[in-house]
Amino acid sequence: MTLRIQKDLLEELRQHGEETYPYECCGVMVGEFHQAEDKIVKSVIRCDNTRTDSPQNRYHISPVELIRIQRESGLAGQDIVGFYHSHPDHPAQWSSTDLAEAHWTGCSYVITSVEKGKAVLTNSFLLQGAEETKHFEHEAIES
Amino acid sequence: MSVTVFIPTPLRPYSAQQSSVKVNAQTVGEALADLVSQHPDLRKHLFSEDGKLRSFVNVYLNDEDIRFLAKDSTPVKETDTITIVPSVAGGM
Repeated sequence: MTLRIQKDLLEELRQHGEETYPYECCGVMVGEFHQAEDKIVKSVIRCDNTRTDSPQNRYHISPVELIRIQRESGLAGQDIVGFYHSHPDHPAQWSSTDLAEAHWTGCSYVITSVEKGKAVLTNSFLLQGAEETKHFEHEAIES
Repeated sequence: MSVTVFIPTPLRPYSAQQSSVKVNAQTVGEALADLVSQHPDLRKHLFSEDGKLRSFVNVYLNDEDIRFLAKDSTPVKETDTITIVPSVAGGM
């Protein structure tokens, strides 16, 4: 299980978290699935965090944005391969809320910890299993 | 009439890896029913045991959430597209 992402794209999503600090950022990773569970990220698309009621510890991406990204990536022969968000002043580990609200099995969920406005650690977690048995597995990031 | 339903990445293992499926329907409800009759494995991933759409499954007719239209009864036209989009959310 590896998420392959160029350094500049990885930096782009980390920087997004710095820009929205102390609020959570969120976005979509578009690319290709390759043998087994490896993925290659070809682009990173920033999304608005629609959880304006609690943006410091929650994120939500509008389905309309997801549909647009899904449509455009499909036309380019690519797919949504994962999502990213930030944890302001919190570890780069998935939370119970992250798992409860994750439904894209087979996709990567990338989390960056942002401490005092500075991106620190970025981890990727692969969502596996069906809805009732779903779980995150840590996956390597290769950039 | 024939309408296209777009399938998101996580549900493609249950739609024979197809990213879109043609269905015959007059309404969104009929479209989803035809979809799960063609691909029965999709049913439990879209619907709860009481037959209702799972809360995290969004269904859009073109760019409109069917919850804000006439839900299952929303009529469809030949040129319409239906998109299934699981929600993306979380937090710490």
